[in-house]
Order: sequence, then C-alpha cells, then structure tokens
Amino acid sequence: MSRNEYAIQTRDLTKDFGSRRAVNAINIGIRKGEIFSLLGTNGAGKTTTLKMLSCLIAPGSGTAELLGRDILASPQKVKEIIGVSPQETAVTGHLTARENLLLMGGVFGLPNEVSRRRAEELMELMGLEKRNDQTRRLSGGLQRRLSIAMAMMSDPQILFLDEPTLGLDPAARKTVWDYIEKLKGEKTILLTTHYLEEADTLSDHIAIIHEGGIIAQGTPRELKEHHSALKTVRVLCEDIPAGCAEELRGNDMQVTVKTNELIMKTPAPDIYRIIGVLKKHAVTIRGINWEEPTLDEVFLKLTGGEVTA
Amino acid sequence: MKFVKLADRNMKELYRDPVSMLLGLVMPLVMLLLFNSINRRQPLEMFSPQHLTPGVVIFGLAFTVMFSAMMLSRDKKNAFLIRLFTTPLKAGDYIVAYMLPFLPFALMQTVVVFAVGAFLGAVYQNLLFAALVILLTALICSSLGMILGSLLTENQVAGAGSLLVTMIGLFCGAWMDLHMVGGIFEKIGYAIPFAHAVDVSRAALNGIAFAEYSPSFYIVLIYAVVLFVLAILAFRHAMKRP
Repeated sequence: MSRNEYAIQTRDLTKDFGSRRAVNAINIGIRKGEIFSLLGTNGAGKTTTLKMLSCLIAPGSGTAELLGRDILASPQKVKEIIGVSPQETAVTGHLTARENLLLMGGVFGLPNEVSRRRAEELMELMGLEKRNDQTRRLSGGLQRRLSIAMAMMSDPQILFLDEPTLGLDPAARKTVWDYIEKLKGEKTILLTTHYLEEADTLSDHIAIIHEGGIIAQGTPRELKEHHSALKTVRVLCEDIPAGCAEELRGNDMQVTVKTNELIMKTPAPDIYRIIGVLKKHAVTIRGINWEEPTLDEVFLKLTGGEVTA
Repeated sequence: MKFVKLADRNMKELYRDPVSMLLGLVMPLVMLLLFNSINRRQPLEMFSPQHLTPGVVIFGLAFTVMFSAMMLSRDKKNAFLIRLFTTPLKAGDYIVAYMLPFLPFALMQTVVVFAVGAFLGAVYQNLLFAALVILLTALICSSLGMILGSLLTENQVAGAGSLLVTMIGLFCGAWMDLHMVGGIFEKIGYAIPFAHAVDVSRAALNGIAFAEYSPSFYIVLIYAVVLFVLAILAFRHAMKRP
C-alpha cells in the first residue's frame, strides 16, 4: 500500500509521564475511510495516544502524520482536519444542541450559512432535530450523539472518538454504534474503547494496546484466527452417558459435561463426528449452538486476563 | 474573529444561569436597600446612598471572580476545554473569549446599582471616570477568576472563590471606613486593590479633583495589568496540561 493511502501514520510515537512510560514507540497505519479501534485496559495508553494525535500533548519522541501533516511541525494544520469527541460528553449545558453545533462551526471559522446548514444536517443524522431544550436536560445517550455531531461539525477528514459509548445503557450504545457505522467509508475514524464487542462490531482494523505498546493488530477476524484458536459447540441434550464424553474427547477437543449440556471447544469442530457419537450413545439432542471465538478471548489471552471497565 | 463565537457562548452560559443573575444583580441591590433602610432609621454618612453606591458596585463585581472561575473550571472538568483545544483557536482567543462576557455583565450591574442609588438620592458627578475604575476592577475580578479557574479544580474553586468573595466584601471598605478600623485590617485592605477602587470611584462621583486620589487609581491600574498578565500565564499553563 502506498504512503498516501494512509490517513494516519505514526512513527515510534512515545510519551513518558515522569518515570512512567505511558506510550511506547507505537507504529500504526490507518487507511483512509476505515474505522480503526485502539483496544486496551484503563491506563493502557489509548487516550494518551489520541491526545498526541490530536495535538493536545506533544510526544516525548517519535511523531505522526495525519494526511501528510506532521503533528509536531504543523499542529494548527492538523487541527483543521480533525474532529475530536472526548471521553466526557464535553457539551455546553446552557446551550441547545443547535447552539452547541453552531458554536463549533464558529470556532472552525465556517461561514454562518454553511454552519447553519451543516448543523441541520447533523441534527437530522444524529436524531436530534426535534430537541430544542438546553443540552443539560438531554439524556446521556443524546448528549453522546451531540458530542459526536460536534466533532463532525467542521466536516473533518479524520474523527477521533474516545470511548464514545462510555456509561451508556445497551440500547443507547447500539444507537451510537448505528450512527458511527453510517460514517464508515466517509471518514477515517480512530476509536478508543474497552468494550470488546464495540470494537468487534465497528472496526475494520483493531490494535490491542497494553502497557503503552501495541501487542497485536489486524482485522477482527485476523486477530481471532491468529490469537484465539478455539471454537465452541454447545449441545443441549438429555441422558448423557459417561462414555459419550470420553469418546468425544481427544483430537484437541475439550469437553465439559453439564446438566443437559455438552460444551466442546476445539480449533476445527467436526460437527458430523459429534452428532455421530451422540447418536451412537442414544443421546436425545434438543439443540446445537455454534460459537465463533470472541475478541474477549483474544484480549484476555494477550493481556494476561485483565478486562477492566 | 473566531473568539467572538466562544465569547458569545460564554455570555449565554453566564446569562442563562439563574444563580449568576441572582447573585450578581439581586444581591448588591439587596445590600444597597438594606443599608439604605438602616440609614433612614439611624442616619449615618457611611450608609448614605451617595457613599454606599460605589462600594456596593465593587462588592457586586467580586462575584465575577466566582462566576469566571466556575465557568472555566467546569469547562475543564467536563472536557469542553479539551474539545476547544483541538480546534484551530489560539491562546489569545481563549483569554479574550473567557474575559469579555464579564465586562458587559459588570456594566449591567453598575448601571442597575447606580440607577437604584440615584433613585434613593445619590447624585453623581464624574460618572465616566467612575465607570472606568469600575471596568478596571471588573478586569481585576475576571483575571482573578481566570487564574483560579486555570489552576484549580471545580471543587477547589468553590472553596477558594467563596473565600475570596468574602475577603473582598470585608476589605473593600464598602460597609465600613477602613481608616476607622485601622491596624492589620486597614493594612490588608489597602494592600489589595478593592478599597482603592471604592475610594477612587467615591471621589470621582463626588467630583473631587483627580490629583487627590491619583495614587489609588494607579494602584488599581497596576493591579489590573499585572493580574491580566498572570491570568494569561495561568491559562497557558492549563493549555499545556489538558
């Protein structure tokens, strides 16, 4: 892939806070129009990386280019092409959603007419068009949507979303995901999250960051294939004789017997063999459930079992 | 002129907050009416509207310290300031945008208190010069607010701001003659600019020649310039540690 196909490229991006290395020589390349997730536990270095890329703090060493603009040499030019939605909702409470958006248009220097049109478009896109009350009276989910809309007000080419669904209930989270998915292909999005399902659902590429360094990266599928081998087959059944489980075991198959349930984990489940063995032992099958490996397993394996919220 | 949009937002935040309006506008009026009521029953030169009005205006401005510090520290806490730092706004834009809204607010306070003072019987002479001193004091107060807001958290601002407002109220000489009190209270009062601001605006409103109160005026001016510079430095410090 040629250099100009990347929207974001970092080169040994590093940041120390006192004697603690928060980010350690990170090298990532994010293609134009893709959603890239930085996944990690609290304190792993996600937000610090985002802050360096959005020119909020200077790296200790290394640098990064955003669409050819260096974060150290041209921070003002970088700020012209990015939109940032911080971890907190970062909206202004006594203003309406429309006023918040117009404010962002103003500080980016958009002409009034353009600003008004863009605010209307974004309010419609984010489902905020009917809300005329002050922002402090909106629900957490609506404030999150507004926060993302504010980041998009200047029509940035690159969008940084820091924990965009933090603290939201599952329904509100799903709504925010739907809005982020609408942007796929249009904007280059760098997302930080510690919700593994969020990263799995939304991302084209994921990098797992641990103790300041990238420990794995790839597409969600690649990560699962390379770092988590086991698929799970659950069979709901009755009257499981002891010999049945014994016969299923072996050939990299781990078998757990529960009341009316057989759980089998294996890299390549042979479903015909499983059914054959169960029939041979006259087991009554009530249902079969196939589960692909999850990002949770990959994450737990790579980070040594830590998942913190 | 990107700062105008941010100043407009800050003005809306201030004017749409009922607590700010209540403390900033109603509180000084209550104090003026209270002391005027005392003066009617027990006439004292110190509590006459002519003497009291400039002090009440300066006391009213003290709340500006609290409002500007709270606004800035709240914007820091909820990361609104972080969002702004990722926009092309420059350091100067923030300083102006966070201080500008408090000047019309101070002017509004001044007009309202002076109008009520006049209704109660005060007669003003050099009103323009008094207004200049009051604007300089407003600049001092919003600079102090910027310094507190830049360096402290929202919770710390609530404590430090209240302490500062109380101190200004006590030591500005609005309710008592600091020369009569004497001692350490007089020394503290005249070491900070508010008693000087009250003296200068009183003298101007009574038509006294500038030469008689020029030292106090220059003290207010120097405080305004120094605190403004310190406010810029404090905000730049906050920008480097988002």
